[in-house]
Amino acid sequence: MSKISQYWQIAQDTLSGDQNADRVVPPSGYTASLTTFVSFAMAFLTVFALALFLATGRLADRWATELAGTSTVRISAPAGQMDAQAKTVLGILETTPGIASARLMSEDEQRRLLTPWFGVDLPMDNLPIPSLVEITEEGVGPDVNGLRLRLQAEAPGAILDDHTRWRRPMVKAAQRLRLLGGLSIGLIVGSTIAMITLAAQAALSANGQVISVLRLIGARDNYIAKAFVRRFTIRAFLGGLIGSLIAMLFIYFLPAVAEEGAFLTGLGFQGVQWLLPLFIPVIAAIIAFVSTRFAANSKLQRTA
Amino acid sequence: MIELKRAGFSYGGGAILADVDLHLTKGSFHFLTGPSGSGKSTLMKLCYQALFPSAGTIKVFGKDVRAMTHDDIAIIRRRIGVVHQDCQFLDHLSLAENVLMPSQVSGRDLNDDLQNMNQLLNWVGLTKQINSLPPQLSGGERQRAALARALILSPDVILADEPTGNVDWEMGQKLLNLLIELNKMGKTILIATHDMNLIRVAKPQVAARVLRIQDKRIVAGGADL
Ligand SMILES: Nc1ncnc2c1ncn2[C@@H]1O[C@H](COP(=O)(O)OP(=O)(O)OP(=O)(O)O)[C@@H](O)[C@H]1O
Ligand SMILES: [Mg+2]
Repeated sequence: MSKISQYWQIAQDTLSGDQNADRVVPPSGYTASLTTFVSFAMAFLTVFALALFLATGRLADRWATELAGTSTVRISAPAGQMDAQAKTVLGILETTPGIASARLMSEDEQRRLLTPWFGVDLPMDNLPIPSLVEITEEGVGPDVNGLRLRLQAEAPGAILDDHTRWRRPMVKAAQRLRLLGGLSIGLIVGSTIAMITLAAQAALSANGQVISVLRLIGARDNYIAKAFVRRFTIRAFLGGLIGSLIAMLFIYFLPAVAEEGAFLTGLGFQGVQWLLPLFIPVIAAIIAFVSTRFAANSKLQRTA
Repeated sequence: MIELKRAGFSYGGGAILADVDLHLTKGSFHFLTGPSGSGKSTLMKLCYQALFPSAGTIKVFGKDVRAMTHDDIAIIRRRIGVVHQDCQFLDHLSLAENVLMPSQVSGRDLNDDLQNMNQLLNWVGLTKQINSLPPQLSGGERQRAALARALILSPDVILADEPTGNVDWEMGQKLLNLLIELNKMGKTILIATHDMNLIRVAKPQVAARVLRIQDKRIVAGGADL
């Protein structure tokens, strides 16, 4: 905890440090633009990875909830056998592993389900409406083929309808994609740390003479480190900000695709999620701050 | 202020200095002479912790140099004004900024030292070059600038390595007089130089001891002057 507050203190006086302190390090050429560019590119990529992560997460959640408890058994039988078959079906389902509960829908419920299709004054009594048994699954669900065979043998009018089952691999795919998105963000963070550390080390080596002059006249290591850290932090922040904003524009103006392309249109941010990419430059700045600080401390510690 | 006891040093090969005893007491004035390559600059560096002794002990302001951290050394260098033989500057900053740099890195209010800087640059005759970059200065101008920078924090000790090496005789005397003035104000001064005439001029004005590096050791010198 004290370590964190110590770092917070250092961060504060790094950023509030006087402008003059910056100038002690010459405006070095390529390491400076390299840092800005790396931060820009990484922020840009992170926005897409983040969008992928969020969109696939949403998709997986939605499909998963649609799946849960949606299988049904439809019983079509002559009026006289209906009740008997329904009983048999319920009995079978009760003893089938992977099924939490099974419930025969009442006529009212069925009427409500059908209303959108046939209107309110549907003469249910005159129609051969099948009975529906609603199944709530548990765990991985029942063994579908086994259940089908048993139903066929004992209640020939019963048909197991698991029309949502085909979505199962898609949920898996969506979860994989989300994992991939998360993994990409992790890799981007890792490469950013590596590249900024390299750039900082290059800048420190290129300025060996400056460092020794500063030491000769009584500069503390902390002062020297700050001059470098401040620069890299500011550059990473600016690069990250520009990268994030441009990527957000791209995503905002992604052409809207119709329903069948739901996956593509889903690639974006919703509501407050639009605020998330704005944290990217801040995180880039923190990464630059910590990496440069470490690079500077170890370099200064090593050289007398 | 600075005390060497049986101090020895080598860069890795043979010893450059061996069994050196030297005590710079407060307000003392020393000249350090010796042939080129005899180890004058090396001895100076040992005094401001650019180098550390391979044998013996060195104490600066009462503290053993081996026990010092980087921060301790930084603080010590604010109390020791150093004129490096090859005058190192920050080449991308103006002369004025370079001279003020010790003040800046020690976190002082620059406004307090501005007047001090103008006076010092006036003394060393660099008022016109105030906005020049160090690479644009001549060798002698750089040496004078280095002296101005060494004095900006009005340090207790001044270590000057060949401060008059590249300047004409008149300017050399002017700089010497400046150092003698500072000594009269109580500053401890050590000047490494080849220039026997400079020592000759100084002798009547100040109680200076002349040291000579001979065979890796310090011996009293200047008897012939
Ligand atoms: N960094 C170094 N590595 C190895 N040897 C060195 C190094 N610096 C100096 N020397 C050697 O140490 C010896 C003393 O050097 P030093 O610079 O102290 O001499 P000096 O008395 O100041 O000479 P000058 O009057 O020419 O300035 C020389 O022989 C030099 O070659
Ligand atoms: Mg020398």
